[in-house]
Amino acid sequence: MDYVLNLILIIITAIFVNNVVLAQFLGICPFLGVSKKVDTASGMGMAVTAVLLVATIVTFCIQKFVLEAFGLEYLQTIAFILVIAALVQMIEIFLKKTMPALYQALGVFLPLITTNCCILGVAILVIQKDYDLLEGVIYAVGTGLGFLLAMVLFAGLREQLALSRVPKAFEGTPIALVTASLLAMAFMGFSGVDGGLKTVFGL
Amino acid sequence: MNYFKIIINGIVKENPTFVLLLGMCPTLGTTSSALNGMMMGLATMCVLIVSNFLIALIKKLIPDMVRIPSYIVVIASLVTILQMCIKAYAPEIDKSLGLFIPLIVVNCIILGRAESFAAKNNPVASIFDGIGIGLGFTLGLTILGSVREVLGTGCIFGTSLYSEDYGMLLFVLAPGAFLALGYLIAIFNKLKG
Repeated sequence: MDYVLNLILIIITAIFVNNVVLAQFLGICPFLGVSKKVDTASGMGMAVTAVLLVATIVTFCIQKFVLEAFGLEYLQTIAFILVIAALVQMIEIFLKKTMPALYQALGVFLPLITTNCCILGVAILVIQKDYDLLEGVIYAVGTGLGFLLAMVLFAGLREQLALSRVPKAFEGTPIALVTASLLAMAFMGFSGVDGGLKTVFGL
Repeated sequence: MNYFKIIINGIVKENPTFVLLLGMCPTLGTTSSALNGMMMGLATMCVLIVSNFLIALIKKLIPDMVRIPSYIVVIASLVTILQMCIKAYAPEIDKSLGLFIPLIVVNCIILGRAESFAAKNNPVASIFDGIGIGLGFTLGLTILGSVREVLGTGCIFGTSLYSEDYGMLLFVLAPGAFLALGYLIAIFNKLKG
């Protein structure tokens, strides 16, 4: 029972309290780059969630069965980034053959994901936090959903922003950053929720 | 090519933080103090200079099809070496920068300069480009870190300017990073004309 409650705590913390973009600053490039429209933002969010899930499982297995088994932990960074790059390529080819509709929707975003630092970041964090495979998977899904949530909210704000008059020096990125700051402030309201839940769950 | 010009180009005209807007994750994530920002900038600069030099040296040997994966392997190896050095000689920096040291691999500045400069120019010019862009990035991070540290805690590089009681803690936390960077870029835009 405690294990299940722990999983719930992990996913809620990853989505709201320690939001990957707004609290941990991972994946800022797509957050600022492809958030002009809600539908592209949600497409990117879903693509990242899917890749995060697969990448975390694969990198976890690589770490446990290859790197740790042969005492090669120092190769972690190189091994992970190559695996992630290859994986993204494979997912792209696989989707193209099997699910053309989904490929059409996500296609443009997939190559961009290799350089999204939240994939490598989460892969390393799962190892650092000493999670087991299920906890790692839950953490990855939570992080992906958190990314999706932040992207969609931010894209909604930016659609409104496009209609308003902005001082010339602030046009483009600066006003987007100020907006992101307000969104991050709103998410600060969740801080402490993880501690509270821990008490409620009796962990 | 004038080497001095390449360096100035990296600091002002193609400043990665304020103009190109590359490498935003470490820019926002590590600048809670001026010192942290500077350390992150210097670490990135080390990798950038060496990776630019190596890639300019081996660019003719790499087939065009596999150039991006080869660049990533070179960069990842350099980051691993840097990570080991920092862990061994400066464990406190490793503690404060944490995850962002291995994440230098996916910093788009490094791959971007490899692709746009080192792959087209000679090794010596590439070193100078690495120094210029690296200095521009370090400068951007140090400025952002200083602004956040001064407004947030009343200190700069750990030296107290005014009482901490008047500091706005928000600037050390996540929202302050976005806010300070937004305003700094706006000021940079205004100054540029």
